[in-house]
Amino acid sequence: MHAFLAAEGPSAAIQAGGWFLENVWIIPAIMACSFAIILFFGKRMPKGGSEIGIAAVLACFVLSLLTGAQWISEVNRADNCVAVEISEGKYECESHEGAGEQASAFGEVLGAAEEESEGAYGAGLKAVVSERTWWSNGGVNFTIGTMADGLTVTLLAVVTLVSSLVHIYSTDYVAGDRRFTHYFAFLSLFTAAMLFFVTSANTLQMIVGWELVGVCSFALIGHWWEDQANSDAALKAFLTNRVGDMGLLIGMIVLFFASGETWSIIDINKLAIDHTTSHTLLLISALCLLTAVMSKSGQFFLHTWLPDAMAGPTPVSALIHAATMVVAGIYLVARLYGVFFEGLSIAGSSINALALIGGITTLVGASLAFVQDDIKKVLAYSTISQLGYMALALGVGAWTAAIFHLFTHAFFKALLFLGAGSVSHAVHSFNMKTDMGGMRKFMPTTYKTFLIGSIALAGLPPLAGFWSKDEILVGTGGWGFFEGKPHSNGAYTVMLIMGMITAAMTAAYMTRVIYLTFYGEFRGGHHDDDHGHADAHDAHHGDPHESGPRILWPLRILAFLAVTVGFLNLPPGFLGLPKGLTERFGHYVEPSSAAKYFPKINHADPSWSLAIFSTIVVLSAVAAAYWYYFVKVNRQSPAATELVNGPTSRSSVLKAGHTLLKNRYYLDHIYDSGKPVPAVGAGIVASLFGLAAGSALGFTLDNGLNQAFLPSLTWGLSLGTVVFGIVGLALSTGVGVASFVKKPLAWATNWTHENLLDATVDQVGVRSVQAAEAVYKHIDQGVIDTAVNSAGAGSSGAGGELRRLASGKVQQYGTIMFAGATLLAGLMIIII
Amino acid sequence: MEAFIDDWGLTLVTFIPLVGALVMMAIPRVNESMHKAVALGTTLVAAVLGVLLLANFDYGAAGDLQFVVDKSWIDVINSRYIVGLDGMSLPLLLLTLGVVPLCIIYSFAHFPEPHNPKTFLTLILVLETGMLGSFIAQDLILFFVFFEVVLLPMFFLIGVWGGDDRRYASLKFFLYTLFGSALMLISFLALFFLADGTVAESAAATVNTFDMRALSTGATSVIGRSAQLWIFGGMFIGFGVKVPMFPFHTWLPDAHTQAPTVGSVILAAVLLKLGTYGFVRIAIPFLPEAAAAWAPIIGLLAVIGIIYGALGCLAQQDMKRLIAFSSVAHMGFVMLGISTLTDFGINAAVFGMVAHGLITGMLFFVAGSMKDRYHTLDMNRLGGLLLQGPKMGWILAFAAMASLGLPGLAGFWGEFPAILAAYNPAEILSAGLWRGYMVVAALGTVLAAGYLLWMVQKTAFGTPTEEFENDPHIHDVTAFEWIAWTPFLILIVVFGFYPNLIFDLTDPAVIKSLKVEGLNGTAADCLEMAKSAGEACFADLRSALGSGN
Repeated sequence: MHAFLAAEGPSAAIQAGGWFLENVWIIPAIMACSFAIILFFGKRMPKGGSEIGIAAVLACFVLSLLTGAQWISEVNRADNCVAVEISEGKYECESHEGAGEQASAFGEVLGAAEEESEGAYGAGLKAVVSERTWWSNGGVNFTIGTMADGLTVTLLAVVTLVSSLVHIYSTDYVAGDRRFTHYFAFLSLFTAAMLFFVTSANTLQMIVGWELVGVCSFALIGHWWEDQANSDAALKAFLTNRVGDMGLLIGMIVLFFASGETWSIIDINKLAIDHTTSHTLLLISALCLLTAVMSKSGQFFLHTWLPDAMAGPTPVSALIHAATMVVAGIYLVARLYGVFFEGLSIAGSSINALALIGGITTLVGASLAFVQDDIKKVLAYSTISQLGYMALALGVGAWTAAIFHLFTHAFFKALLFLGAGSVSHAVHSFNMKTDMGGMRKFMPTTYKTFLIGSIALAGLPPLAGFWSKDEILVGTGGWGFFEGKPHSNGAYTVMLIMGMITAAMTAAYMTRVIYLTFYGEFRGGHHDDDHGHADAHDAHHGDPHESGPRILWPLRILAFLAVTVGFLNLPPGFLGLPKGLTERFGHYVEPSSAAKYFPKINHADPSWSLAIFSTIVVLSAVAAAYWYYFVKVNRQSPAATELVNGPTSRSSVLKAGHTLLKNRYYLDHIYDSGKPVPAVGAGIVASLFGLAAGSALGFTLDNGLNQAFLPSLTWGLSLGTVVFGIVGLALSTGVGVASFVKKPLAWATNWTHENLLDATVDQVGVRSVQAAEAVYKHIDQGVIDTAVNSAGAGSSGAGGELRRLASGKVQQYGTIMFAGATLLAGLMIIII
Repeated sequence: MEAFIDDWGLTLVTFIPLVGALVMMAIPRVNESMHKAVALGTTLVAAVLGVLLLANFDYGAAGDLQFVVDKSWIDVINSRYIVGLDGMSLPLLLLTLGVVPLCIIYSFAHFPEPHNPKTFLTLILVLETGMLGSFIAQDLILFFVFFEVVLLPMFFLIGVWGGDDRRYASLKFFLYTLFGSALMLISFLALFFLADGTVAESAAATVNTFDMRALSTGATSVIGRSAQLWIFGGMFIGFGVKVPMFPFHTWLPDAHTQAPTVGSVILAAVLLKLGTYGFVRIAIPFLPEAAAAWAPIIGLLAVIGIIYGALGCLAQQDMKRLIAFSSVAHMGFVMLGISTLTDFGINAAVFGMVAHGLITGMLFFVAGSMKDRYHTLDMNRLGGLLLQGPKMGWILAFAAMASLGLPGLAGFWGEFPAILAAYNPAEILSAGLWRGYMVVAALGTVLAAGYLLWMVQKTAFGTPTEEFENDPHIHDVTAFEWIAWTPFLILIVVFGFYPNLIFDLTDPAVIKSLKVEGLNGTAADCLEMAKSAGEACFADLRSALGSGN
């Protein structure tokens, strides 16, 4: 349903500028300084360094807002002007009248000035890039720098805002922790790394930022490292990410050479978009980078580290493992969209690896969220599912929708995590079934804000999640397929179905969480401190109580945002609103294709029917879950958490399904088993699965559409095989083998080392000594010495000398080495 | 002053430690503090001189040899005392000048049994002269002498102050390296007899020469192809043992495990670099054609080393042995960079040498200090270092992160550009093959994260085992340790953030070393041609010079 193409847009772009945009490096630098100060002086400060962190992050937040405001004003400036070419490829802004005058002065009529009388589409805007030399190699200088455009400022705002709130929240949540200062130092370092990552001007810097956030995540997941389980989770997260990083390194290297040896994000995108870069290389690098995205952004089937990462403190889960770091993969795709768009042929196909993986992830995540007892795990799987949504959106070409969802999701998911933290703060557990229930009575504010977050996540209008989810569904191509319209480019109908199913599941599992946590009867009361810190609350047992203001205010602010941010990107023409009020987010954030580093993408028309249909789907899912929990379970007993004689006990199919989900599709079993067979098997199964899925999808789609059947089938087949084959292989050689490697393979290597290589060396030594002894005994003593002796009485003394010299171990070694060397020398001289 | 530095700087910096050693021999053994003062004083004077050299170094001409001294030495074999410094050797010279005094400071509080500071410190000073000399020598015989001078002090350091199995380890180290050196010497002699110094543009006008300047500017192009291959082979084994490359690495884990802490640090930080330095300074610039023929094997052994070393690490129970195996893996990255025969790869290699020196040196320091406290490095018995010595635990974690190639720290800039260079080796080499190597090397980075974090988890995380729970000997970092370690830590961060500090120096020198300018740049051009054309190009070169074959 892409009949309507968004207006062509401006054809030329002017350079944006401004102090804040050019000096955006200051923002990560502040956080880096904050890290250093907290690290070295934090312990000596009255509040353990938290005051430094909070001051720094608030300053960054203000700066980010100013930077954002400057970008918005620059976009407005571009909107209201006409681009005039002042030199080759360089445009400057002229006001309407000015442009007209200049045009006539030059005797030329500028078309733009005449047609665009309202100036709705003025000029495009180029990102602000400031660079310095960083390193040089092979006579080439490589730069370090910042790049600021709409996407950058969006991420700056999200990261600094969520980070600020998490900082404030943490002062209460981790109060009294033995590593309080260390915790805040790493929060600062993480924020610095994340800000560095989003302001990167080149792909090499992105690698740096990417890995630095990974390390902070490692350190914070393992914050309570006394416990083996926590350090295991940290290791698992880091190693899984490292597998993806392999793809990142190779992908970036391929991209570097494919684009004529440049790291510059803008140049790489430009060359990809105007088809200068080889398509094969683009495809290879896109697939390699996809592996990185899969690991960092928790996409199926490298997502298993994310639920385990919940071992870290809850505010960290909110900041790193929900709102910011895990969207780094999404950001990577969005930033290098030219590469993915062209490499995966997003515009010209109905299925591609990114959309497919996103779609599968969103389903897998949502289905697993159903069976978790741990509230944080539900939210973790929900995050996976929502990240899948974003990947799906990018895969179908709905760039703005993906980023908008990233934006809204950051707020409501942070809200949910912090809400869960608030509850656990009161009950000292994350287990909904054994320690929660009826919490709304004890924690009214937490309850209300959590409910708002849940509704936003479920995607009910008019909360934030609804608008971004709806955009993604529209972006998949909407009803096109069902309306029997001919196959149009970019009609991702399968993804629409996947997205719709996920929407229903999301609504249902959040209803379950609300019931188990806040309704029914309180099941807790036994206080095992589960989140590892000795806080003041341990002193007074009894009924749980509401958290303090430093926890509640961040919740209130986030709840406010979860309600409102959706309005930033109302669909065009919504309720007849003027243009200046709709699609604001897209207008300011999406780079203009006139700036040449962003592909020309189609913007789908909003669809009332789709929005209504999806809302009905969500409401029915809520109703079903409500009926099950609030009515049936509650009627059985207010303290019950599941029906005694529930569907899983009555239907063997459902029971099997439940077991499958409970075991997380057995992926962790494969990864952690330490056995090579399952790991390799997983690779093979994954490849076969990809093969089947790819062909089935290709078949369904194109048979149904009766067009270009064979090419599409081949494409589907090869795509599935390639993606899942590569990833499966990386998986089985990486994560799976990690444990296998640690035992049999490593031991085998060590055995080889000791029994083959080293033994050879030792044997050479021993045999040489034996040979030398033989030489000494038979030749030296037997032949030469005899000869010497028989040479006459006069020389017999000399013989004795020789004998004395030729004894002793070191001499023997020396002799052997010398003999050996001489032998080889002779050999070489002969040959030479 | 400047003229003085120009003429005497390099000689002084090299021989001052030796003078210090002689002075110490005259001081009675009981006077320990005097020995310590002299040893530290001498190395600090050398380090200050090094800083003066750095200050007087002409960065604009980092590709040229500077502070050159050329005096007659052994006229019979036409071997001369030629020393000089360019951007490739300067970082390694400074690394040596920095590491040795820090090791001496560290050893003040950690003299291993049988104590005897006099001999211990004297040996280290002699060792320093050998190492410094190797980096500045510009004459093959002079280089060889310095290269061998290094062996003996290290042999005694391991053999006398080492662990339980020290005799075996030290003898193995000595003989293995000597075996390599013998082959190297033969190659040097072959060069002397076969090369023609008059062909080269620079310096020596004699036919038979050991002058490295002449040999790297075309004097060798009169040598026939097969002879070149054999000569390169000899140097390959000689330097390869020192690096050490798989499968010549077996002396390394033993030597490292048994050596005293300071010995391990110097071994890792500087000694191993002599091998890789030999490749980039001697083997490749002298014989680019043979290098191109040998490169696939070097590359293959390099990536085998990366994986093999990593797997070896995972099988270890002893922390020091694990770090030793990690050296095999890391030097694999360095060799992979070298095997590409591109300026890019060789720059990465030189950076990798410095980075590995700092990072692995740091890891050995921590391992040594842990051994002092726990009297064991069995990882099954360790744990909870972060509780008993939090600062030391974090330093260990930091060094491990640097070692696994974390961007923002020095290790990354040795590893990543090497992988990058492998995507695009010199034209004459098969790009497909090196891309295969690249993928294997990238896999090595995953394994590196695996074994290093595993080590950190085993030793630093968790809680102390019962055995050491209440051991009063286990304490955090001491003052001496701080003094010795801080420069390492700072440099790891500084180089990580601003790699140009090294790349800027090495780049011109590396580019020049590949250019072989005596032949109007043709040898370098040959490397940048497709395989058959490149080989024909080299053959043309030889026939143009009237050698044929």
